[in-house]
Amino acid sequence: MNALTLPTRKAEEWRYSDIDALATIWPTPAPSRIDVAEGDSVRHHLLQDVGEGAAAVHDYVITIADGARCDFHVLNIGGKLGRVTFTVTIGSNAHFELNGAIIGGGDQTLEIITSVTHEKPDSTSGQTIRSILGQRATGSYLGSINVARDAQRTDAFQSIKAMLLDRTATANAKPELEIFADDVKCAHGATVGELDKAALFYMASRGMDPATAKTLLLKAFVAGVFDDVADEAVKDALEAAALAKLETLV
Amino acid sequence: MLTIDTLTNEIDGKAILKGLSLTINAGEIHAIMGPNGAGKSTLAYTLGGRPNYEVTGGTATFEGADLFDMEPHERAAAGLFLGFQYPVEIPGVSNLQFLRESLNSQRRARGQKELSGGEFIKLAKEKAGLLGLDMEMLKRPVNVGFSGGEKKRAEMVQMGILDPKLAILDETDSGLDIDALKIVGAGINAIMRKPDKAVLLITHYQRLLDYVKPDFVHVLAAGRIVKSGGPELALELEREGYAEVVAA
Repeated sequence: MNALTLPTRKAEEWRYSDIDALATIWPTPAPSRIDVAEGDSVRHHLLQDVGEGAAAVHDYVITIADGARCDFHVLNIGGKLGRVTFTVTIGSNAHFELNGAIIGGGDQTLEIITSVTHEKPDSTSGQTIRSILGQRATGSYLGSINVARDAQRTDAFQSIKAMLLDRTATANAKPELEIFADDVKCAHGATVGELDKAALFYMASRGMDPATAKTLLLKAFVAGVFDDVADEAVKDALEAAALAKLETLV
Repeated sequence: MLTIDTLTNEIDGKAILKGLSLTINAGEIHAIMGPNGAGKSTLAYTLGGRPNYEVTGGTATFEGADLFDMEPHERAAAGLFLGFQYPVEIPGVSNLQFLRESLNSQRRARGQKELSGGEFIKLAKEKAGLLGLDMEMLKRPVNVGFSGGEKKRAEMVQMGILDPKLAILDETDSGLDIDALKIVGAGINAIMRKPDKAVLLITHYQRLLDYVKPDFVHVLAAGRIVKSGGPELALELEREGYAEVVAA
């Protein structure tokens, strides 16, 4: 990701980005490397909550050796530009799982980009991304899955759902599959929706004020993203940050 | 408690209610019956404040206040409960969470202290017991995967917990078998048949009225109440059909 010249929006992976905000921190730091050794299982998380008006780019390069597993949880909520990218290479009988949430308002641009390569047979991967976007925010998920010729019996899925709170907000979802093996399962689904008006009226009819009702529906929408965070303190911190951000949007 | 005076309304530019007047006093149970398309559900939704149900004329006064001046959640906090013909499913939100937030929203609006988790669970258990609904059901998401009968019983548990002054129940009897009808009828009586409360039952059929005896029965046709009477009117309707009674 790191290059000397500032990228332009002509490059596919920067197409929806905020280049002006990026310029303020260019060149971005070198990627963080995570190498998961054979048979190991690791968990990582990132709470991207840089201050208002600032920009933050986090690039991860992850290699997962044979029989290993990496679970990553990301909450992307801060800054004018908040961008988190994952370039992942998975070995045989290995697994990569990303659970992420993007919650943005104002004129934020928040992005998660994944490029997952299955190099060897019998590996699995999953990406679950939930985005909630209000005001003039732009939230993007670009996810490519690349299955090499030898990577038979790869089983990969992507589940992308976005919720727009205002007509002025934008959600981009771009799944991309490149498959060279012939015995492969790649499932992907992307939806963009709005809060259920019938549910909102039902909640109001029971006395719930609009902000409480919306917050409850939005909590339900992102629920599950952080369910399997093993460390309770981390889980609480991610959920609390997500809720606090949601409350600024309703 | 509720006075509706020459109410007219429109949905997407189409007139439905055409000058409906009705007065409900505390301690009374009213039933509104009428053919399909008469405006029964429209009346319930309009009183509840559903978006797009535009009031074009007339007034509704609830406990001395202008009902149409209040948002739907304010109407609930003032003591109005709307029982839905088709209760809405809300995936990811448990019944307990839904009801606790609703009740505490109402209590905040009325300047009352919110209930703690423990106090709320105790209340929910009591009201669920009244309707024979397992507490386990209340831990599940709102109406998701509930049968028709379970949804209606859950609605009555909601009513028990929220403890309204006036319940407008829109075809609460639809989709119920005889046993469920008895339970729901008994629930309505236990929760709402009190001197300081009132009920407006909207129904197609006499059978719910066997369990919840109305003091007044009204016939709604073409957006207006065309006939009012005592409980005997429901029996007459059942026997003669709407066409006869409306024409007479």
